[in-house]
Amino acid sequence: MLDRAQAPSTEEIREVVMPLAGLEGPLLPMLHALQDTYGLIPEGAVPVLADLLNLGRAEVHGVISFYHDFRDHPTGRHVLKICRAEACQSMGGNALAAATLKKLGVDWHGTTADGAVTVEPIYCLGLCACAPAAMLDGRVVGRLDEDRMGKLLAEVRA
Amino acid sequence: MKIYVPMDSAATALGADEVAEVLAREIAARGIDAQIIRNGTRGMIWLEPLVEIDRGDGRIGYGPVTPADVPAILDGSAESLGRVEEIPFFANQTRLTFARCGVIDPLDLDDYAAHGGLAGLTRAIAMSSAEIVQEVADSGLRGRGGAGFPTGIKWKTVAEAAADQKYIVCNADEGDSGTFADRMIMEGDPFTLIEGMAIAGLGVGATRGYVYLRSEYPDAIRVMRAAVKIARQRGMLGADVLGSGRAFDMEIRQGAGAYVCGEETSLLNSLEGKRGVVRAKPPLPALEGFLGKPTVVNNVISLATVPVIFEKGAKHYADFGLGRSRGTVTLQIAGNVKHGGLYETAFGLTLGEVVNGIGGGTATGRPVKAVQVGGPLGAYMPVSKFDTPVGYEEFDKNGGLIGHAGLVVFDDSADMLQMARFAMEFCAVESCGKCTPCRIGAVRGVETIDRIAAGDPGAADLLTDLCETMKDGSLCALGGFTPFPVMSALTQFPDDFACQKEAAE
Repeated sequence: MLDRAQAPSTEEIREVVMPLAGLEGPLLPMLHALQDTYGLIPEGAVPVLADLLNLGRAEVHGVISFYHDFRDHPTGRHVLKICRAEACQSMGGNALAAATLKKLGVDWHGTTADGAVTVEPIYCLGLCACAPAAMLDGRVVGRLDEDRMGKLLAEVRA
Repeated sequence: MKIYVPMDSAATALGADEVAEVLAREIAARGIDAQIIRNGTRGMIWLEPLVEIDRGDGRIGYGPVTPADVPAILDGSAESLGRVEEIPFFANQTRLTFARCGVIDPLDLDDYAAHGGLAGLTRAIAMSSAEIVQEVADSGLRGRGGAGFPTGIKWKTVAEAAADQKYIVCNADEGDSGTFADRMIMEGDPFTLIEGMAIAGLGVGATRGYVYLRSEYPDAIRVMRAAVKIARQRGMLGADVLGSGRAFDMEIRQGAGAYVCGEETSLLNSLEGKRGVVRAKPPLPALEGFLGKPTVVNNVISLATVPVIFEKGAKHYADFGLGRSRGTVTLQIAGNVKHGGLYETAFGLTLGEVVNGIGGGTATGRPVKAVQVGGPLGAYMPVSKFDTPVGYEEFDKNGGLIGHAGLVVFDDSADMLQMARFAMEFCAVESCGKCTPCRIGAVRGVETIDRIAAGDPGAADLLTDLCETMKDGSLCALGGFTPFPVMSALTQFPDDFACQKEAAE
């Protein structure tokens, strides 16, 4: 991931998205590419994408804001996604999530004060037969309990 | 010696990567001549990580394995599960769609072909478009994504539509809690989905395909992308599919965390780069789908089942099943259950046989209270309905739906009022906003359930009325089916809704 402190220029944004311009329905792949590069959708991307795809800026903004994945603000150094769906609930997922949030002193979507971890809700990781489950930076973890969650948290705060 | 360690994300979520690492280290240290193969999962998730060792006389299973167990397994002193194929949970299944899943290396196309892969596509290449569509119709295959629409009719509509470009779109936005069959097949046998899409392309005259795969499944995305690349290199995809002179190619597209994009029309909008808002039907996607062109939109399991239908013949497939539910159903047994996992079998087992017999009851050992069948939009079935056979029509008659055949088991500690509230809350969070009954109704639904919880005597009737409106007035299944879990909780578990009221009185 590139340095987040500096907003990317129009040229830099174009460089990330232009290789995808030939796709059918290129906007989502472009947004994913931008977020993979910068950790968020840079503010300057909206006019670039609007211009490139012949869309209104409002339309581009509307697409970005529709999807849970796309962010306009940075996350912590790690992202912990805890599943809130039914199968995880049936195995005590709610209590585990509440205890984790309390331990970290954040609410859903919040980032710890030290910037180590952002906690997001997620609705189903397809790990319903080994619930409760979570995903830490793209790595899945199943059959969680407070002890295993504690180990994950120790990892991100180390 | 061959050693199999699954790379399926359920297995890696339970430590399979660590086990594989220690195995590799130990093998090297001991100088053993062994090959580690990262296979898919056999679907017995309670045994994961399930390590299999083949010393030349069958695959012997060990599980769940921790890194500390590795030395004893290599010594032969660890207690084994015996031959994996003889474990009753596995042995009693009818594996058609999942025949190769857990058996082969998912990204080894030769291994795939050695286990019956490509036979279906090869046969389809020798058939006319109309014959291909007829074969699917004869198999009785119905959409496994939830709606159960006959696949052959959908294909016929697209095949008969005239257009310069047609598309095959695979709906891999498996967002329903309790379902993981799509993820499992994409991670465990990705070529079968590719083969199914290629056959669909030949059948309807489509040369391009897309898999819309949810971002919550990074491992499946990685495996599918790698498989498509290999398929293209080996001539299974491209301008000349297996030397047929006909073209079909495909791409994997990543979703962006919107549950509603599992609905086919919002999926198409999303694929086009728009907000994932539901489209009104008609026009059907079969006539005006992706970019306005005729499009087959099928679920992963529907498409992944097509190769075996062509390999073994439509009749072989249709001979399994019950009534108008032909073939096999890929049950996903999940939640608070002892033996959770994927169980492929002919339609017709009863719900109770699945939950108590195959699933072995709850993981906690407490009595079963409810089973939610078909995801967040499916009804909560009480134990009194356990004699309902698993079939589309049979579930419908009992106020439920099979959906994608995911079952989430709850023990008696479940609070059904809270589960009903969650269903409404989920609908409110995930509504695309296009139609009012869903967008506003779900928010009012949460409030009304809170009023019931607070002891408001009139709120239950209001909730019933609201659910009627959502059911009748919503454009798609999100708003239209949220009343299933809500109303089933209210009517089948009245005690959970009454206690607060009585306390207030």
